[in-house]
Amino acid sequence: MLRISIDKIDELFAAASAKQTLYIPADRDGTAEFTKWENGIRLSNSLNTVRSVKDFFFPQTENLVDFKLKGKNIEINDIREECEDFVIFGVRACDARSFTILEKVYLADPVDSFYKNRRDHGTVVTMACTRPSETCFCGVFGIDPTAPEGDAACWSDGKYYYFEAYTDKGQKFIDSVSSLLEDGDTADLEKVKEATKNILSRLPLANLSTESFGGDKLNEYFNSEKWAELSESCLGCGTCTFVCPTCQCYDIRDFDTGNGIKRYRCWDSCMYSDFTKMAHGNPRLTQLERFRQRFMHKLVYFPANNNGEFGCVGCGRCLSRCPVSMNIVKVMKALEVK
Amino acid sequence: MNSNDTLIPHIGVVTDIRIDTPDVKTFRVVSPEGGKVFEHMPGQCAMLSIPGVGEAMFSITSSPTNKEFMEFSIKKCGCLTNWLHMMDVGQQITIRGPYGNAFPVDTELKGKDLLFIAGGIGLAPLRSVINYVRDNRADYGDVQIVYGSRSKEDLVDYQEIISEWMNDNGVQVNLTIDNAQEGWDGHVGFVPDYVKELAPSTNKTVLVCGPPIMIKFTLAGLKEIGFTETQVYTTMELRMKCGVGKCGRCNIGNKYVCKDGPVFRYDELGELPDEY
Ligand SMILES: Cc1cc2nc3c(=O)[nH]c(=O)nc-3n(C[C@H](O)[C@H](O)[C@H](O)COP(=O)(O)OP(=O)(O)OC[C@H]3O[C@@H](n4cnc5c(N)ncnc54)[C@H](O)[C@@H]3O)c2cc1C
Ligand code: SF4
Ligand code: SF4
Ligand code: FES
Repeated sequence: MLRISIDKIDELFAAASAKQTLYIPADRDGTAEFTKWENGIRLSNSLNTVRSVKDFFFPQTENLVDFKLKGKNIEINDIREECEDFVIFGVRACDARSFTILEKVYLADPVDSFYKNRRDHGTVVTMACTRPSETCFCGVFGIDPTAPEGDAACWSDGKYYYFEAYTDKGQKFIDSVSSLLEDGDTADLEKVKEATKNILSRLPLANLSTESFGGDKLNEYFNSEKWAELSESCLGCGTCTFVCPTCQCYDIRDFDTGNGIKRYRCWDSCMYSDFTKMAHGNPRLTQLERFRQRFMHKLVYFPANNNGEFGCVGCGRCLSRCPVSMNIVKVMKALEVK
Repeated sequence: MNSNDTLIPHIGVVTDIRIDTPDVKTFRVVSPEGGKVFEHMPGQCAMLSIPGVGEAMFSITSSPTNKEFMEFSIKKCGCLTNWLHMMDVGQQITIRGPYGNAFPVDTELKGKDLLFIAGGIGLAPLRSVINYVRDNRADYGDVQIVYGSRSKEDLVDYQEIISEWMNDNGVQVNLTIDNAQEGWDGHVGFVPDYVKELAPSTNKTVLVCGPPIMIKFTLAGLKEIGFTETQVYTTMELRMKCGVGKCGRCNIGNKYVCKDGPVFRYDELGELPDEY
């Protein structure tokens, strides 16, 4: 397998970024975030970034179209441009799987050209996990963090980084750094994978069951009396939706620049009280309904529409970020119909 | 980039504004080159906007058989709708669509006797079906229209109803207003009660649209007379932004009203969680 010695990884980043913009997880104020690589930016040792990789493809805000008003006339300016090629290195298996979920929404007819543009030009190089944490439960959704998806994948045994391409884009990335790679045996890597699998099987959430969830018991779950207690402490802050790699809701708004109107979209959250508010009322009046929506969507509605596939990848972000320690795992445990 | 994106709207020109009621106006919209901006089927909607003011979903109230223009009946109730009510003929707006499914005019409704029940602005989506049926008269059975509003002045499309619909063969129109008033010798009372009074034949297929409370009582009344849920269609209204099932805003259970609706048959709606 093609590999590079760990102490040469900066050379690899330099070579890759000579061809296209490269982002890697780097530490900033004690937490890791995807950062544009330039000389001196070091790969983080953290397990995952606080913000998920969806930011690159579905950014927090983005301009959709511009308008100019001239008397009674309106001029529409399609400001879309072909995006430049870029690589994101070090994406974890959970985040890599989130694309499958986002794509069921954004690439379904009619295709969202803004999302597709970025996907077409973005190369995702994943990084296998070796030290999964107690908030991880990707395995519950059939994700193997020792064999991540992506355009190309990377593994480490502590001495080398190993590379394999899965798509043309992934191959292009490997070609761009191939002069630095050498062929080498993977015996040590296999040992590391085994050790990781051993940790995975002993994680506290490894045995969380998804069996009873899915589209079948839609009304039974909707009407569960557990929602009242579960949602009681929720502040409706929306943090869980913003850090979640699979949350995809957005708002569309206009901004008057003084020299024309910019229509933009920005992340929105079903946890917010005005999300569904209408002139004649609001179907989700209290936090109970809004809280229920988020988890019903991931555990019941999404699978009902997508052959049983869940809308969660078990990344654990909502477990570590919720200010009142409420999360999807607690919901699953409380709700499960035996 | 040359691919289309449904979020990027087209220009529409407002060529006629009709004052229907104290708070409803009907706007005629064509493309700058003339003709319709796009084709649609009865029940479908479009997103209208004045950039900088807002964007909102409205039923296309004209029939697809109208080849020259589209019409929207819009009730004044907020930022965008106030603005639309203030504009003059010749104003350009933006428009995108069509969105949503349609009433099954070419399948389940074909050959059936039809009963339309509407309250207030709820006539807007039904008017598209009514005029489609009138223009394809041979394909459908008898048509009965029960329509009510608060007062005579609040009846939308009143001129069209009395000068066109009421003069059609095989079309029966029953109007009602909530309270008696001078100059009204028609029926007085709420729509659901009137429907029960009229006791329509239960072989009819029903299309109902209006305020949620009216729909609720009408449905209960219909059941009492012997109608089943599979005979009744309605349209739903939830807050919308994208119109294509992506912004995540308008779902009832696993259905997106913008894409899987807004038209639902009552038995389908009954299977969904009660959150609308
Ligand atoms: C499928 C469908 C079909 C429709 N068809 C028609 C039709 O044919 N005719 C018609 O007249 N209407 C129709 N509507 C309703 C129409 O979309 C609304 O009346 C319209 O959105 C109002 O827009 P506005 O900008 O005027 O009101 P807004 O200014 O958006 O406000 C309306 C009210 O909503 C509340 N509100 C809105 N946004 C917020 C927020 N962010 N925070 C707090 N409160 C808020 C406010 O209380 C305000 O009073 C339809 C709606 C749908 C979904
Ligand atoms: S719901 Fe929580 S654990 Fe699941 S993908 Fe979203 S943030 Fe991660
Ligand atoms: S569950 Fe937690 S993170 Fe999510 S909205 Fe409620 S308080 Fe905020
Ligand atoms: S309006 Fe966006 S999902 Fe229906």
